[in-house]
Amino acid sequence: MLNAEVVRILHVDLTTGNSHVEDRADLFRDYLGGTGVAMRLLDELVRADLDPFDPAQPVIFAIGPLTTIFPVVTKVAATFRSPLTGEYGESHAGGHFASALRYAGYDALVITGAAQRLVYLLIDGDRVEIRPADAMAGMDTIETGRVIRNQVEGAGHRSILRIGPAGERRVRYASVNVDTWRHFGRLGLGAVLGSKKLKALAVLGQKHLPLPTDSRAYKKAYAEVYDKVLHTDAMKKYHELGTPSNILPLNELGALPTYNVRQGYFGEAEEISGESFADHELITKHACAGCQIGCIHIALYRRPFAPGWEFESTMVAYDHELIYAVGSLLGVGNRDGILHLIEEIDRLGMDTISCGTALAWATEAMERGAVRPEQLGGLDLRWGDAERYGRAVAAIARGDTELGQWLGQGEVAAARHYGGQEYVAAAGGQGIAGYWTGYAHVVGHLLGARHSHLDNAGYGIDQKLEPYTDEAIVDRIIADEAERTVQTSIAICLFARGVYDLETVSQALGSIGVQRSADELRAMGQRVYWERVRLREQLGFQARAEDLPGRFFETPTPRGQMDRARVAHLLELYQARRAAAM
Amino acid sequence: MPKILTAPAMARCIDCNSCMLACARMIYNSFSPHKSAIQIRSRGGAMGRLAANICTACAEPVPCVEACPTEALTVRTGGRGMTYRKAECIGCHKCVEACPVQVIGWDEEETKPVVCVFCGQCVRFCPHDCLALEEVG
Repeated sequence: MLNAEVVRILHVDLTTGNSHVEDRADLFRDYLGGTGVAMRLLDELVRADLDPFDPAQPVIFAIGPLTTIFPVVTKVAATFRSPLTGEYGESHAGGHFASALRYAGYDALVITGAAQRLVYLLIDGDRVEIRPADAMAGMDTIETGRVIRNQVEGAGHRSILRIGPAGERRVRYASVNVDTWRHFGRLGLGAVLGSKKLKALAVLGQKHLPLPTDSRAYKKAYAEVYDKVLHTDAMKKYHELGTPSNILPLNELGALPTYNVRQGYFGEAEEISGESFADHELITKHACAGCQIGCIHIALYRRPFAPGWEFESTMVAYDHELIYAVGSLLGVGNRDGILHLIEEIDRLGMDTISCGTALAWATEAMERGAVRPEQLGGLDLRWGDAERYGRAVAAIARGDTELGQWLGQGEVAAARHYGGQEYVAAAGGQGIAGYWTGYAHVVGHLLGARHSHLDNAGYGIDQKLEPYTDEAIVDRIIADEAERTVQTSIAICLFARGVYDLETVSQALGSIGVQRSADELRAMGQRVYWERVRLREQLGFQARAEDLPGRFFETPTPRGQMDRARVAHLLELYQARRAAAM
Repeated sequence: MPKILTAPAMARCIDCNSCMLACARMIYNSFSPHKSAIQIRSRGGAMGRLAANICTACAEPVPCVEACPTEALTVRTGGRGMTYRKAECIGCHKCVEACPVQVIGWDEEETKPVVCVFCGQCVRFCPHDCLALEEVG
């Protein structure tokens, strides 16, 4: 049966090697799944007095009641204490992981403790095994996936998560690769798994989940959502050019962060646009399990290695944020250079945005003399030089140079050490996403639970909101994030947010026997939003205008040059809303 | 004329699992894609191309029909593939072993085979037109 009344949790303790299953009706009643459940479990288990890398710290994964059985409900929400910011960590990923957890029979997975040696975890339905992974030490994410595929059955339905050498070495923005094309990218989950000596996680299962006796309502609801996904414009953008369709419009607005946010316009934007990638490198698209859109755009990265038409070729998935982070932000204006960097960063297991913002800061710091090439193994970073950036990426993952080590802590920590805090492209301790639209983007990043553009889409608020008053900006940031909290608690991909309004979510839940009105869902979103704020604050989060870099108040946005006093006022308004709500 | 299921455009497949979920949902009353007569597989890792394991609707003699000791599987009118009558099935598993392309699945709970009924639900729910029902005979 579907676990429609409870959240079934698999607990695994890597220190003892023990595991057990727990059913929690209260979690289902109050949070449904995804973000809400993962946040609440973190609240119960996280240790505010201990370092993010302490073995006692938990890592939590959660899916939702509609996972896989409705279109585009494909995400897993992960929570942890972020080693990058020290506070609340939440990250979402697609691939086959959500589906694999569902058919393994679990709604949530809680991992605590740390192994003595490098291991991987196999979850095959009721069977849980901790297996040695010593042979995979230092192995990149792609090879690790291949080795585990050789050891684990279940082709087509299994999911394999793995970290690269950067995760093993605890680079603070190390990512987790999920089924080759997707990632828990931001805030350093890969480093936390590294601290637990957990190289990989393989999940599969064949749990029998029969439809309800009268399945007409479910089949009808499924087909309605399916037709909305496929046959309306709601998700068109994502399966045509994909997210890189943003590059040119943003550039025209002057909202594409370039050269470490020294400007919002990149002269070579045409070359690195979604249109150019689609015309020249795009060879296929790929989807997460249960999504008919297939937003994953895959490029053929082909380069000669010898005279005589000798080529080597690989496949690289690209997206707007990646093109920004290792393209415009670093002044890299050629597609091959961008694909090279995306591939290197992914192979070594790091978050591409954070890697890009760290390198952008380092390039400017080198220009200004705050750091020197000798501190990075003689590597003299230059805007636009993808080959040197590729070597710098490897240096960060290796951590064998002084500057490489500091960059592995993130640009905020590096700037605190070397100076140059006024030009870090970060808010809330994490590098910003690829928009330079105005106040809502920066404040949304700072206040967002994941310090992500996807928390509240501040970049969209900047582009659409009229009148653009401080009150309206703050109210929209809060309202959008609270509503997205419902969608991420159901664990719907946010690209389908136009399909899954709260009324549709309510009907979909109803069709499998879970009664929640749109109003009840909205109220749940607001409650979870403020509970999460309280948890973040317990873990050390503070929103302060004075922590934002001077750079943010120099480079013009489409909403003009920003003013620190106005940001301070926005944050005051936020604090007033917070006081009223909590 | 009988129709058979084909997968003429698998090079377009995005691995979305929608066909498997449709077969399980519409025919086998299940949320689980394992209970689907079509199975999408990568040919060695996510970077490989994708393939559809589907019933090839063998011409007579139809191996699964030959192996069936009851009237659960019979040759379809037109001589390609089979008709499945669940009520007649005794759950002996012989059809699974007889299938020359290993595409008859097994429902562990019901101890019955998971076979293609050539209904086209997977075709309806394929977003990229990878699959087709083709008339034969």
